[in-house]
Amino acid sequence: MLEIKGLEVKLEDEDKQILKGVDLKVEAGKVHAIMGPNGSGKSTLSYVLSGRDGYEVTGGSATLEGEDLLELEAEERAAAGLFLAFQYPVEIPGVGNMTFLRTAVNAQRKARGEEELSAADFLKVIREKAKSLKIDADMLKRPVNVGFSGGEKKRNEILQMAMLEPKMCILDETDSGLDVDAMKLVSEGVNALRDEGRGFLVITHYQRLLDHIKPDVVHIMANGRIVKTGGPELALEVEKNGYADILAEIA
Amino acid sequence: MSLQKAKQEATAAQLTAVSVPDGAGWLTSLREDALKRVHTMGLPSRRDEYWKYTRPDTLAAADVTPAALFENDETPMFDEIDRLKVVFVDGVFDADASDDLAGENLTIERLVDVAKADIHWAKDLYGALELAGQTPVERPLAAYNTAMATDGVVIRVTGAVSRPVNLIHKHLDTTSDAILHHVVKVEEGASFTLLENGPAAARFNSVLEVDIADKAAFNHVRTQGRDHERRVATHLFTRLGEESAFKSFTLTANGVLTRNECVIELTGDNAIAHVAGACVGEGDFHHDDTVFITHDAVDCESRQVFKKVLRNGATGVFQGKILVKPDAQKTDGYQISQSLLLDEDSQFLAKPELEIYADDVACSHGSTTGAIDEEGLFYLRARGVPKDIATDLMTLAFLAEAVEEIEDEALADEILARLESWLERRRG
Repeated sequence: MLEIKGLEVKLEDEDKQILKGVDLKVEAGKVHAIMGPNGSGKSTLSYVLSGRDGYEVTGGSATLEGEDLLELEAEERAAAGLFLAFQYPVEIPGVGNMTFLRTAVNAQRKARGEEELSAADFLKVIREKAKSLKIDADMLKRPVNVGFSGGEKKRNEILQMAMLEPKMCILDETDSGLDVDAMKLVSEGVNALRDEGRGFLVITHYQRLLDHIKPDVVHIMANGRIVKTGGPELALEVEKNGYADILAEIA
Repeated sequence: MSLQKAKQEATAAQLTAVSVPDGAGWLTSLREDALKRVHTMGLPSRRDEYWKYTRPDTLAAADVTPAALFENDETPMFDEIDRLKVVFVDGVFDADASDDLAGENLTIERLVDVAKADIHWAKDLYGALELAGQTPVERPLAAYNTAMATDGVVIRVTGAVSRPVNLIHKHLDTTSDAILHHVVKVEEGASFTLLENGPAAARFNSVLEVDIADKAAFNHVRTQGRDHERRVATHLFTRLGEESAFKSFTLTANGVLTRNECVIELTGDNAIAHVAGACVGEGDFHHDDTVFITHDAVDCESRQVFKKVLRNGATGVFQGKILVKPDAQKTDGYQISQSLLLDEDSQFLAKPELEIYADDVACSHGSTTGAIDEEGLFYLRARGVPKDIATDLMTLAFLAEAVEEIEDEALADEILARLESWLERRRG
């Protein structure tokens, strides 16, 4: 599904190398988790994959089902099936949540040569999906993320994911800013989307999210590289001992 | 030679062969007085402080710069709304295209007709608010309008009017020079909505005087056509009585030169005046909103909301002033002007002013200028919305904050729908 080889990335404006050769392969139907200390490059990886400006790829490759992601505009990556659930979802005053989502869904369908969803069909689908995420009609009408609580913003991200039905989902610290109940709700939303044809990359600091979204593979990232890969037990080890042991082990 | 003297001499030279339109009964002396005022003030010059950001030359010159017509097959503005249509073609009333000038709780007459009557309410009002609006800042183009206007309507509203009056300004002649002067009197407790649309002429000078009595309400929604080369100077003068309300919104898309002045005087306690505008322009586009609000009564509220989207070398200007007189306690004044610059070639010039002589008031003003929010743009694109559509979505959202100042939802929706379709069309 997602294949990253030797990816090297620096900041565009500064001479600062963030990713120093990342290798990662997420198969369809699998959930991979990336953990790692602050500043290890986890969020940069998610941004570079989704096409945010401000980064320069100096080496390596990233493909989604064989398609070169790095050559595509952000919207083309989305249409190709990539989805990033933002760590900090952006507030967009004046743009209604519903308008935004319908525009996004139909833009992607159009880009893929599919028929656009009618307003009525769209409404039917979104109501159903919003309900399971406990997103009410008012939240759908309000401007995108404006005045949303931390939990509402993250639920809104998952709603977008559910509506767009991407092939590859990247969740960037989706657990940050969530209380226990909200985390459960969000996780249920994610788990409902787990599917044989869909890959997940879950970026997190903490094991607790992985109690809800059970990963198949756990990677530890440090200093711009994946330094260790293992099963779910690796996350438990981090939770118990912190990163120091692992980092010392590979040093 | 002083600037003033030079202006007077230049004006005298330009207007040497100009006399007011004749055969107009009581209007003649009002027109002659106004023309004298123009001679005293002098036509506006580039060196006037009030015209620092906008060149008045082509608005004041003797000759009209021709303007091509804008061909389009769109449904006319406000077409869905039940309204009384009053049509002017290049500044001349078109009776055939207009509805009967009659409506419930209102009288509506042509200026040229009422001028022949010996006694008429409009006699005390024509040019009166314009004259009052000449202090403390001179507005010679408005005085020139009072002197030279050849057509217009006078409307008297005596109760609640459910069917708005729509002044439709068609532009069919590439060299037309239209001067229209309208007077509206909204009697105590009455309410009225005036709609205006269309480019009017190659050059259009418009004055609208609105006298709003106690507990009366006046709503105004205006769109100024889409002819790229047209030039327009409008003045809206209004005086508000106790517990009355004035709301005006203007949408401008295209037009090489637009100067919209709005002069509001709150003379009765507990009155409300809201004025708003949204404009979208690119390239050879200069748009100036100049507002002067005088608070001369207690517990009044005024609100100014102006939004401009500019690109490809367009210029936006905002001059907005709130003057609070010594006895105008408990004044609540608010003013915001914002521009969205879609590239680095465009500019926005803002001059917000507060002049306050009362000590118990709340006045605030703000002005911002900036590019489209990159974070928001990326967020939309990351969800698959192409960059141009994402930009338009955010542009529309920006303008919507001004459009939402329109009280009537159907009107606000129509304006937003137009903006959306224009943005979409431009995207191709």
